[in-house]
Amino acid sequence: MEILNAALVDWSRAQFALTAMFHWLFVPLTLGTSFIIAIMETIYVKTGKEIWKRITKFWMTLFAINFAIGVATGIILEFEFGTNWSNYSWFVGDIFGAPLAVEGIMAFFMESTFFAVMFFGWNKVSKKFHLISTWMVAIGSNLSALWILVANAWMQNPVGMKFNPVTARNEMVDFWEVLFSPTAINKFLHTVTSSYVLSAVFVLGVSAWFLLKKRNIALAKRSIVVSSTFGLIMIIVTIFNGDESAREVYRTQPMKFASLEGLYYGAQAAPLVTFGIFDIHKPTMENQNPKVFTNKFEVPKLLSLMATLKPNSYIPGINDFIKGNEQYGIVSYFDRIKMGKEAIGALKVYQKERGKNDSIANAALTTFKENYKYFGYGYYNDPYDLIPNVPLVFYSFHVMVGLGFWFLILFILGLVFVLKDKVQDKRWFLLTALWTIPLAWLASEAGWLVNEMGRQPWVIQDLMPTTTAISNINTTSVMITFFLFAVTFTVLFIAEVRIMLKQIKQLKDGGH
Amino acid sequence: MTKLFRKVFFFYYEGFRNMTVGKRLWLIIAIKLFIMFAIFKVFFFPNFLKTRFHNDHQRSEYVLEQLTTPNHKN
Ligand code: HEM
Repeated sequence: MEILNAALVDWSRAQFALTAMFHWLFVPLTLGTSFIIAIMETIYVKTGKEIWKRITKFWMTLFAINFAIGVATGIILEFEFGTNWSNYSWFVGDIFGAPLAVEGIMAFFMESTFFAVMFFGWNKVSKKFHLISTWMVAIGSNLSALWILVANAWMQNPVGMKFNPVTARNEMVDFWEVLFSPTAINKFLHTVTSSYVLSAVFVLGVSAWFLLKKRNIALAKRSIVVSSTFGLIMIIVTIFNGDESAREVYRTQPMKFASLEGLYYGAQAAPLVTFGIFDIHKPTMENQNPKVFTNKFEVPKLLSLMATLKPNSYIPGINDFIKGNEQYGIVSYFDRIKMGKEAIGALKVYQKERGKNDSIANAALTTFKENYKYFGYGYYNDPYDLIPNVPLVFYSFHVMVGLGFWFLILFILGLVFVLKDKVQDKRWFLLTALWTIPLAWLASEAGWLVNEMGRQPWVIQDLMPTTTAISNINTTSVMITFFLFAVTFTVLFIAEVRIMLKQIKQLKDGGH
Repeated sequence: MTKLFRKVFFFYYEGFRNMTVGKRLWLIIAIKLFIMFAIFKVFFFPNFLKTRFHNDHQRSEYVLEQLTTPNHKN
């Protein structure tokens, strides 16, 4: 058996992270601006006022730029699955391939018809049909994100499928369980609503720039009304479904949950650390450092409340998982490693004896099934290797949540100022809104870091570690493609920003 | 029927002709797709299991072998 080196694992991961994070620069803006445009056009159709048509058309142009530059960047991820993550791709089976293809074809037809009407159809089709097309584009683009998020959710909480030990593939047992697992629902809702928030911040920020430059005042103020209202509603929804996501993480990925809060040691009535700086000497088996943070600010009982809705409940920490906690029914990672090894060993025996010695094969299959739950643990010897990068997950989570509350304040201020017709005089607010634009992306990317780094070392929770998922290919080729992507995506990103800035700057007062 | 097709054709034709910023966007899309499919996919992203094995049986065997060799990576 070939030995995979650490560099290959690191480069494969870096490559995937790079491409996924670049792809994610474009996606949330598409998901959200499509709805903002649809709302604006609805106002135009309802009021018949030309200014709203102009507003709609302006944001539609920015939407088109983002869409054109971002479209198909996700296909790169598909390439990587086949080349760099072949064990994983095989293991998950064809389950995701077919729906993703159907989704792709549907998106193509939708885009070539409704997109065309949306962009070419002004004055050519009825106002109503045009409006319907704009809404269809919004709904369709959002639905396009569904299946890939369901696939991601399945990796976090693999339900509704069964592993076939003969083919080494998972087979669908219950489609609805896969589609409607609480993880999938939460992930879809949190991802799309947080993307609406991001887009609302973008529209608000660009409008603030117009006001700072004292240009396109009417367009900017109306855009602020729409973006602040939409943003305010969506950030409230995002906070609620984010909170629900956290409970789901607690239920299905408790190690990730403990990492979100840097909870090394379990506690009754656990406090929530709202702000904390990690001690560089993280707790290990040897030092048992009880001082996780050098500085922290915490709210008593809030973590227990958040996780279980009961303020005094016990929340297990990382140590509870490593060492186990009988009282709370937590099987130690030491035991899980043993069971994982049993499962792996049994699968090997089954593979060898199948068709030759049925009684041995059947016994092995039974052992395999009994221990399959902890299959992935069997690749490890040291339970401490099964802890994610806690500080990274903690900081990312806190950045996301902190910014979420900042956006809430921003939208409230925006709405109050614009309704009082004072927004144009609040220079500090306009500057702040403008500079909040990149923070929306920071929050969104931080969310993905929480989701993806928090589940490490798993690609598929408890079943397949990242190191087992990758293909044994030449590290140099992965490095080369990493840099090729870095260059390509940077060029695309610069193109996006430049073309957008040009469009924004050349928008003349009153004209289009 | 042909009238409808003509109408649809001209709808797209005129739409594309009258584009301003859109023309540059289409160019970007075309270049991007070319780079992705004609260069990246062809030269850098062969499907690992498809190119190395002839059939699914062999692929299953290979992946099972990978899965059942613990501690080779960690
Ligand atoms: C303010 C309250 C918020 C809470 C309580 C919250 C909670 C969470 C949690 C627990 C996760 C991890 C879910 C998982 O690993 O399965 C997550 C992921 C994520 N968050 Fe947030 N979040 C909040 C705000 C935001 C904001 C403001 C944004 C962006 C504008 C955002 C964007 C994301 C994204 C893109 C993900 C990854 C997708 C997912 O796992 O759902 N979140 N959030």
